[in-house]
Amino acid sequence: MPERDHLTVTVQRGGPDAPMRPQTFEVPAYDNQTVLDVVSWIQQNADPTLTYRFACRVGMCGSCAMMVNGVPRWTCRTHVSKVLDGNAIEVGPLRNLPVIKDLAADMDPFFDKWVAAEGRHHPTRSRDEEIAPIDPIAAERQEANAGIECINCSVCYSACDTVAGNPDYLGPAALQRAWTLYNDAKDADRDAILDAVSAKGGCHSCHSMGSCTAYCPNELDPLSAIAGLKRATAKRFFGGRK
Amino acid sequence: MSEFHLYMAQRLSALVMAPFVLVHIGVMIYAIQGGLSAAEILGRTQGSVFWFAFYGMFVVAVSIHAAIGLRTILGEWAGLRGGARDVVAAVIGLGLMALGAQAVWAVTS
Ligand code: SF4
Ligand code: SF4
Ligand code: FES
Repeated sequence: MPERDHLTVTVQRGGPDAPMRPQTFEVPAYDNQTVLDVVSWIQQNADPTLTYRFACRVGMCGSCAMMVNGVPRWTCRTHVSKVLDGNAIEVGPLRNLPVIKDLAADMDPFFDKWVAAEGRHHPTRSRDEEIAPIDPIAAERQEANAGIECINCSVCYSACDTVAGNPDYLGPAALQRAWTLYNDAKDADRDAILDAVSAKGGCHSCHSMGSCTAYCPNELDPLSAIAGLKRATAKRFFGGRK
Repeated sequence: MSEFHLYMAQRLSALVMAPFVLVHIGVMIYAIQGGLSAAEILGRTQGSVFWFAFYGMFVVAVSIHAAIGLRTILGEWAGLRGGARDVVAAVIGLGLMALGAQAVWAVTS
């Protein structure tokens, strides 16, 4: 690889009040550099008005996702060397979400859909009762465990073409959350979960193309979680329980 | 009808169609051995309760299956929403049913 001392970085600028337009910066290249480092360099050294979002910088908080060369990625853990196109990168706000400003997407619709998918805990006991023991090797627990490392980054939501075509669609992360709770021995309202994911925009809108699973930076598998919900709702329809 | 019921109707109609498609293709391959004529086909189908029921159910399943699938495509690809989409899909479903029923009647009556 030829020695490079600069990268050509194009960032999308704009928001609800100004149409999006690309702006290009020359950014110093280093051996080890993430996309988030590059964006931060621009904000700190070239243009302090550039808006973006991050918090943990170690892939825990899910706040730094952006489109990088057209692909949704967690920018704090995406090395520039992995995504360089020639000597250039293009960074934009996450797809399928409204833009607040520049690289910061509005996550409200994403989180509202978690609630709409009943992605919240329905307790089996009150705080005054003993904590219920959990069997870690039960098949249901394994199913639930598969999805709990989700960091709510919305990469899957941005990757999903069904979200793009159908604004009602709850999306992979919210539905995976519903599946996790459905399999949680400590969740008391499975019927409410199945009702929520059977409504308009629920799991039956998924086309099983698997972009969510292909792009999830934590290597989770929302596609299979959604298939589980489809099976569970069909079983309930025929009068069976899981 | 909820999205979920449409989903189930589409899956169940697919389940009904699968054996019909196989029998339909199987009989076609068998029937064209040694040439094919309209008289031969009509000789097999006219007055046959079996073929009337077979293709009658086939037509019903196709109409349901195709209309629900096209309803999804109209929403995601053509951006049609709400009642307008349901009406267009229902018209397509009923149209397919009418065309199919006419054809079934023509070869079995
Ligand atoms: S599998 Fe379903 S949720 Fe995942 S990207 Fe495809 S349509 Fe979206
Ligand atoms: S499933 Fe993966 S891509 Fe989707 S929000 Fe969770 S961590 Fe991000
Ligand atoms: S900054 Fe927290 S996941 Fe990237």
